[in-house]
Amino acid sequence: MPLVSIQGLTVSLPPGADRPLATEDVSLEIGRKDIVCIVGESGSGKSVTAHAIMGLLPRGVTATRGSIQFDGVDLLQLPPDAMRRRRGRDIGMIFQDPMAALNPVIPIGRQISEHIRAHQAMSEGQALKQARSLLGEMGLKTVSLKAYPHQLSGGQRQRVMIAMALSLSPKLLIADEPTTALDVTTQAQILKLIKRLQAEREMSVLLITHDFGVVADMADSVAVMRHGQIVESGATRTVLGNPSHAYTRTLIAAVPRGESRLPPLAETRPLVQVKGLTKRFSRGGLFSRMPAIVALDDISLSLSRGETLGVVGESGSGKSTLARCVIRLLDPDAGEVRLDEADIAHMREAALRPLRRRIQMVFQDPFSSLNPRQTVGDILIAGPKAHGEDVRQARKRAADMLDLVGLKPEALHRLPHEFSGGQRQRIGLARALMLKPDVLIADEPVSALDVTVQAQVLKLLDDVRRQMNLAMLFITHDMRVAAEICHRVLVMRHGRIVEQGSTREVFAAPSSDYTKALLAAIPGRPVQ
Amino acid sequence: MAFVRRFLSRPTTLFGLAVFLLIVAIALGAPLLFSRGPFSIVGMPLLPPGAPGLLAGSDVLGRDMAVGLAYGARISLLVGIASTVCAAGIGVLLGAVAGYYGGWVDDLLMRVTEFFQIIPSFVLLMVLVAFMQPSLTSTVIGIALVTWPQVARVVRGEFLSLKTREFVQAARVLGMRDSAIIATQILPNALPPIVVVSSMMVGSAILTESALSFLGLGDPNLLSWGSMIGGSRSAMWVAWWTSVLPGLCIVVTVLALNFIGDGLNDALNPRGRC
Repeated sequence: MPLVSIQGLTVSLPPGADRPLATEDVSLEIGRKDIVCIVGESGSGKSVTAHAIMGLLPRGVTATRGSIQFDGVDLLQLPPDAMRRRRGRDIGMIFQDPMAALNPVIPIGRQISEHIRAHQAMSEGQALKQARSLLGEMGLKTVSLKAYPHQLSGGQRQRVMIAMALSLSPKLLIADEPTTALDVTTQAQILKLIKRLQAEREMSVLLITHDFGVVADMADSVAVMRHGQIVESGATRTVLGNPSHAYTRTLIAAVPRGESRLPPLAETRPLVQVKGLTKRFSRGGLFSRMPAIVALDDISLSLSRGETLGVVGESGSGKSTLARCVIRLLDPDAGEVRLDEADIAHMREAALRPLRRRIQMVFQDPFSSLNPRQTVGDILIAGPKAHGEDVRQARKRAADMLDLVGLKPEALHRLPHEFSGGQRQRIGLARALMLKPDVLIADEPVSALDVTVQAQVLKLLDDVRRQMNLAMLFITHDMRVAAEICHRVLVMRHGRIVEQGSTREVFAAPSSDYTKALLAAIPGRPVQ
Repeated sequence: MAFVRRFLSRPTTLFGLAVFLLIVAIALGAPLLFSRGPFSIVGMPLLPPGAPGLLAGSDVLGRDMAVGLAYGARISLLVGIASTVCAAGIGVLLGAVAGYYGGWVDDLLMRVTEFFQIIPSFVLLMVLVAFMQPSLTSTVIGIALVTWPQVARVVRGEFLSLKTREFVQAARVLGMRDSAIIATQILPNALPPIVVVSSMMVGSAILTESALSFLGLGDPNLLSWGSMIGGSRSAMWVAWWTSVLPGLCIVVTVLALNFIGDGLNDALNPRGRC
């Protein structure tokens, strides 16, 4: 008998939601000692399924049909109090954002011990002792029980969450996108840890993810969800190697392979030349002096027309600071940024303003990068207007520009909230292109997007780069994405360039250990 | 529109809006409703409400209280709205500049703001009005000068958080001028809290004006609710209506404005409601 058997689970959403059902007729089995993955894009109902097992559906969202048999008991029929006792003891759960899941004002040791004592009669001392040994098991031997969540790194916090979830030795661990907020090397460690613990403790794991690489590395069996339904499920090898449903095939095809696609360009005179760029952030205030953080340390690079240069690195590597210094959203402390001949690194804002049209940017967050109170038309003509172009002429061009990025001209009169994430990124790109720039800086433009949308936006960026002969600086944390679109890449760590070269060389024969570690950490490589 | 529906969904908001519109109508229509001005004497002093021809009785000098209350509404509303508009103007300007530029500009402007906030505001107001000679203008200017820090604080806070949003950075990258970024990108997004704070300030400005007039620091040539109460101090025990009726007018008006403010707050920040 499997540990969990979900039969015909239908979860309804409150009236007024964008669809009536969150999941429809979902059936799924989680075998004992199995790792099962549910994979799908945002809005597919994968998280709702996990929360239904935990009995943690938000108010107004209810399981209207079906059953969830857990060890022979239907969880949906349990009274709330009995369900509460099972949560934590029989089923542990970890979430995407460990910072939000941990209480910021209580030391981690006490958070774990309280969790244990909520279910078992035990003295504080005993519980803390158990917390200590759990943290040891998670590879956190050196971390103090008295540490607060903000003193830990993202990976350490997720380990604390796992320690807490496993403190009562549950039979099932539900992990809802546990590594999405983490760096790629940290992600690899956490996934390895989950796999090790699963084997040692002989528990079952339900892993929710959007990443087929993670599925390939982790899962015994997999269920693909779309619009609240399971479109395909089965053993991982079968589903990934021989997908039967068209949607599964589309999803797998959209996953970047992590193989270089573009050959390096012939050497030409560079359009942008960065030399010795340095940026420090000072900390502390009037009364305390702390050493400044060096975000960029003597960075030099060059970029030619028609070329895409990828800047890859983990969080805190300085890659976004580099983008913001090049485009002068930040003022660098030293070094130069030459656009043709002019050094814009230390130019005064008034002198810089006319040059700004030549160098434009696409931002990361599709939700905060467009002014929510302006129509798409007004957003697009803001740039030309600032540079003195006739408004009527600019409006006409805006319609053409929407066409170029694959949107209909009716979009001009609508507000940003009426569009999806991928469409908003297209609008953001159109806004940048309205000024006919020579250089485009893209700061993690696809990291907030679903994998199929990500593939479309990447293709659009590459097409636009070709058509307009743009020089593109592409910032990303994802090596696979960089491989897809960049001619050359530059690997950054702690504000320094660790390695640079043609994408082909760097991926085939990385010279630095750090690049090797980054490449090895790519989940599911090779995917098929 | 969804906003209007949300705004009108609460009964207290509807009540506040109805009362406020009624008072506005009375204030605007005062010269049409009454043939005499508020200072003309119509009969014996201290006649109770309901005496022939006197809906609200007469005051210590034998003037028609009903006329006084209607004309008083003009002054209260005028002072309330005018001083709030001035205070909001100063507050938005200084708050926007402080929040957008940050650094020493912010430090300087916030120290000035704190200077106004740490002085007992009513004492400062009395000194200001006495110094400028009591008049309608000095009352409005005085109230605006002691209340703008509230607006400045709110606006600064909004600007501090909004300026880090990517659409504001995008506007800088496009080469827009700071003034255009402040006016077209940030300010429209900061409007909801400004509107809410302002609607509440109208009510408190009416209260402040009443207190000033009660103390005799209002415009001596105009009759306001506060000065009516002040003038009837000596008759309070023999003729309750001379002070209670203008007092009620103040309470009802301020209450109505607060209800409107609450309604605006809920309608503009739908997520802030529990």
